[in-house]
Amino acid sequence: MKITLHVWRQKDVNSVGKMQRREVNDISQDMSFLEMLDKVNEDIIIEGGEPIAFDHDCREGICGMCSMMINGRAHGPDDGTTTCQLHMRSFQDGDAIHIEPFRARAFPVVRDLVVDRSSFDRIVQAGGFISANTGGCQDANSQLIPKIDSDLAMDAAACIGCGACVASCPNGSAMLFVAAKMGHLANLPQGQPERYTRARNMITQMDAEGFGACSNHYECEASCPKDIPVTFIGDMNRDVLKANTCSSAK
Amino acid sequence: MSLSTYLKSSIGEKTLMAVTGIFLILFVIGHMLGNLQVFVGPEYLNAYAAQLQNLGPLLWAIRLFLLTTMVIHIWAAAKVVRRSVTARPVKYAMQKDVATNFAAKTMLVSGGLILVFVVYHVLHFTSGNIDPIGAFADTHTEEGADVYAMVVTSFQHLPTTIIYSLSMILLCMHISHGASSLVQTLGWRRCSSNCTDKIGPVLAGFLLVGNLSIPLSIYFGLIP
Ligand code: HEM
Ligand code: FES
Repeated sequence: MKITLHVWRQKDVNSVGKMQRREVNDISQDMSFLEMLDKVNEDIIIEGGEPIAFDHDCREGICGMCSMMINGRAHGPDDGTTTCQLHMRSFQDGDAIHIEPFRARAFPVVRDLVVDRSSFDRIVQAGGFISANTGGCQDANSQLIPKIDSDLAMDAAACIGCGACVASCPNGSAMLFVAAKMGHLANLPQGQPERYTRARNMITQMDAEGFGACSNHYECEASCPKDIPVTFIGDMNRDVLKANTCSSAK
Repeated sequence: MSLSTYLKSSIGEKTLMAVTGIFLILFVIGHMLGNLQVFVGPEYLNAYAAQLQNLGPLLWAIRLFLLTTMVIHIWAAAKVVRRSVTARPVKYAMQKDVATNFAAKTMLVSGGLILVFVVYHVLHFTSGNIDPIGAFADTHTEEGADVYAMVVTSFQHLPTTIIYSLSMILLCMHISHGASSLVQTLGWRRCSSNCTDKIGPVLAGFLLVGNLSIPLSIYFGLIP
């Protein structure tokens, strides 16, 4: 395949970046998107240039590192797919492919396509955990959890924190991420004691990081590589409302 | 977090919009039902209008309430929009929307135009400051007001009919996204039910048919 790449190049956080065009030949349909970028980088290195910086780690769709905007969509054109799981057969010979970093005030560009998503870590640190006191081991399965609840918790827990929700949201809102992180704990008994303090603290941190507000466009759901539904945002809204208005939810 | 900090948070601002949105939607529904009496006959519409006027202080209380609601709604809208604009300082060179729709993307524009329309509407049918064909002056005499005659005469005027019809389309666009949104914002959505997303369009559809039927029926001579 032959493709024309338009890639965002930016030296560091303080530099002004720009789109750079590059013609690429000899791409196989079987390559993953990241393998295509690897090949492009090898060519660039041979030419003596600076390779395109991009994040990646597991390359099997579970770590959430391979964040980039491909032809205007987070993680590219395929639904429910991370960039590392996207293959070149999703494109046509002769296509132009635009690659940009995820853009949000809370995701500053570190270099080229690499953004700093530590704002997500700080939101989780603010409340996305349970306090587990250690001691004698409980029998496994001694605490019964209805299947419907555990399924719901697992749906939310599928979040890999990649940031596609923020990237694709017209408002740069992180609500699907925060809702998923709250939702997997709010649906389990272990999450109950801190449920409402968690809701308050995570929202405070989310706002402090400078994410936008949800306007219910639901682009987040459409771009989520784990297909996490926006119903979790509704559940989160209810918990946050309760956490701030009901004396029983302190 | 106290209630006041909550109301300043992103979710709190949305809650303010949703709650005020409910009151505004209830008003729009009531207002439409009242006006549909134009189809029943002059006596009914005029008696309804006189009844409203006779509410006296209560009428002013309702007006004040609606005005406050509107102000809070717009204030919260401004905060929400500002939050979202600053959340992405560098725009994408290419961004494709796949899930959202036209009504959702134009909430600020439709809302702003509704505000302009509301001011125009009050000056037109309530105070009579805007009276392009003299319909208000002719029907408001010492003996009382003939609201039915005013409405029927006004909508025989093409520009007036166009302004009202376009405004109703904008209003219903706004509500088609707004009514579904508020269910989500207030956390009333039941798990994985797609029906939430249909509430807005269905409600807006009814409001559009009801509200458009008045100016259009009059303009096309279906009401004497
Ligand atoms: C009769 C008049 C109006 C009604 C019935 C109405 C109703 C609503 C409702 C129900 C919502 C959804 C709230 C939510 O997301 O939960 C909404 C959103 C919105 N309204 Fe209105 N509204 C009216 C007038 C206005 C006016 C005059 C403005 C002025 C600018 C406005 C601006 C907005 C904006 C910008 C949003 C979306 C905010 C966002 O991005 O989430 N609305 N409206
Ligand atoms: S590299 Fe781990 S999810 Fe793509």
